[in-house]
Amino acid sequence: MNPPEHDVRKSLERLAAATKGGRELAFMEVCGTHTTAAFRCGLPSVLPRHVKLISGPGCPVCVTAQQDIDLLVEAAGRQGVTLCTYGDMIRVPGRRGSLQEARGRGARVHVVYSAMDAVALAQAHVDRQVVFAAVGFETTAPATAAAVQAARRRGLTNFTVLNSHKRIVPAMQALLERGAKMKDGLGIDGFVCPGHVSVIIGARAYLPLARDYAAPCVISGFEPWQMISALARLAELAQSGRAEVINEYPEVVSPDGNRAAQKLLDEVFQPAETRWRGLGLIAQSAWVLRPAWREFDAQVRFGLTPPEDCEPKACLCGKVISGLALPTDCSLFGRSCTPLQPVGPCMVSSEGTCAAWFKYSWRQAPHRPLPILAGASP
Amino acid sequence: MCLAVPALLVELNGEEGLADLHGNRLPVNTQLVPGARPGDWLLIHAGFAIGRLDEEEARETFAVLAELQAAQRAAAPEQADSARQEAPP
Repeated sequence: MNPPEHDVRKSLERLAAATKGGRELAFMEVCGTHTTAAFRCGLPSVLPRHVKLISGPGCPVCVTAQQDIDLLVEAAGRQGVTLCTYGDMIRVPGRRGSLQEARGRGARVHVVYSAMDAVALAQAHVDRQVVFAAVGFETTAPATAAAVQAARRRGLTNFTVLNSHKRIVPAMQALLERGAKMKDGLGIDGFVCPGHVSVIIGARAYLPLARDYAAPCVISGFEPWQMISALARLAELAQSGRAEVINEYPEVVSPDGNRAAQKLLDEVFQPAETRWRGLGLIAQSAWVLRPAWREFDAQVRFGLTPPEDCEPKACLCGKVISGLALPTDCSLFGRSCTPLQPVGPCMVSSEGTCAAWFKYSWRQAPHRPLPILAGASP
Repeated sequence: MCLAVPALLVELNGEEGLADLHGNRLPVNTQLVPGARPGDWLLIHAGFAIGRLDEEEARETFAVLAELQAAQRAAAPEQADSARQEAPP
C-alpha cells in the first residue's frame, strides 16, 4: 500500500479526479470522532458536489436505545447505588429525565474517566453498590472487561455493570442489508471505517462487508488529510467496482488488531442481539456478559427489566443515525432541541451529528434559519 | 467516545503506568498492550493503552499538530477579523 498523502489539497485533487464524470457517490463514516473531525475542519463544504459523506451510527451515546437510558436512570435511583458513567452519557434525556437530573434529585452519579476508577470507588466504599454504565464500541469494551475481571480478583461484591456495549460491524452489515432490501433504504457506496475501533478489531474484521456486500472499506485516521485521502481512495475503489478493505491508518491499525484486547473481550463477553436507537434489533451486535460473569450484571443483581423502548416524539435521531435524514430535516433541530436543551442524543453528545451540525454547519440550511440564532448580535 | 491519544510511557509498575501527554502525567493501564515498556509511545483511551505506536509516527503526528498550532496562532488575528465580518447580523 502506498503511504497516504499528507496534503489536503493533493488528496482533494485525487478525490475530484476519481469522481469526475462519474455517478453520485455516498460514503458513510461510522465514528463520532470522524463526524466531529469532518465538521470541525469544514470537510463537507470542500467535497466535490456529487460526493456525500453521511454520518452513520458511530456515536455510542447516540445509538444507545432509549430503554437503556431509562434503565440507567432507574438504577441510579435505587437505594444505596452509586452510578458511575463516562461524561458523555450524563445529559442524555430518558423518559424520566437524564442522569444529571437524577443527580439533582439526590441520586449518586459519578463521572469517571476510566472503568477502573469505578472499581476503585467500589473498593473504597464497600457500603455502596457501584454500578458502571458500560457504553461504547470495541474501543471501550475491553476496559469494561478488564474492570469486571479486576473486581473479581479483588473479591468485590458491590461492583456491577449496566452493559450496552456494541459491535460496529453487525450494524454496518444491517445498514447494507436494509439498503439493498428496502426501497427507501440507503445506498452506501463505501465506508470510512473507524480508526480506533479498528485498533482493537483489526482491518480484517471488515472483509465480510467487502466480500458479501461489495462495499469498499477504508480505515482512516482523524486528521483532515487522512479523511480526505480515505474518501479519495473509496471513490477510486467505487468507480472501478473494486470492493476491498484498505488500511490507511497503519501506524496503529494492524490486519489482526489487538489480540490481547480481543482475548479479554472473548473471556468476558459474548455477541448477542440488541436494540439500537433508530436501527431496532440487530443480531450479534451486542457484547453481553458471559454466564460465568453474570454476578457482575446489574440487571441481574437489582432485578432490573428494560422498560418498553419509546423514543422522544418527533425526534429524528433514529433516522439521522441511519443516514436517512439530515439534522435540518428534524422539526425540533435548533428550536426545541439545542445543545443546551437537547431532546435527542445526537444533540447531547459532542460527537453527535446534530450537535456537529448545530455548531459548525447551520449556514448550510439558509432556508431554515435557526430561531436561536435569529436576532443574535455578533 | 472512541477518542484515543498518543502518549509516552514514562513509568511502569506491573500493569499500571504513568504516561506523559504534553507534560501532563496520566495514569494508564497497560494490560491490553503486553510487553509495553517505559519509552514506548502508546495510544490511550479511557485510561487504557489500546495500542503501540511507531515512535517515528508518533513524533510525526506531534510535529504536524505543533505545525498546525503554530499556523493557527500566526493566523489568529486575521481569523478573528474575518469571523467578525462573517458573523450573522
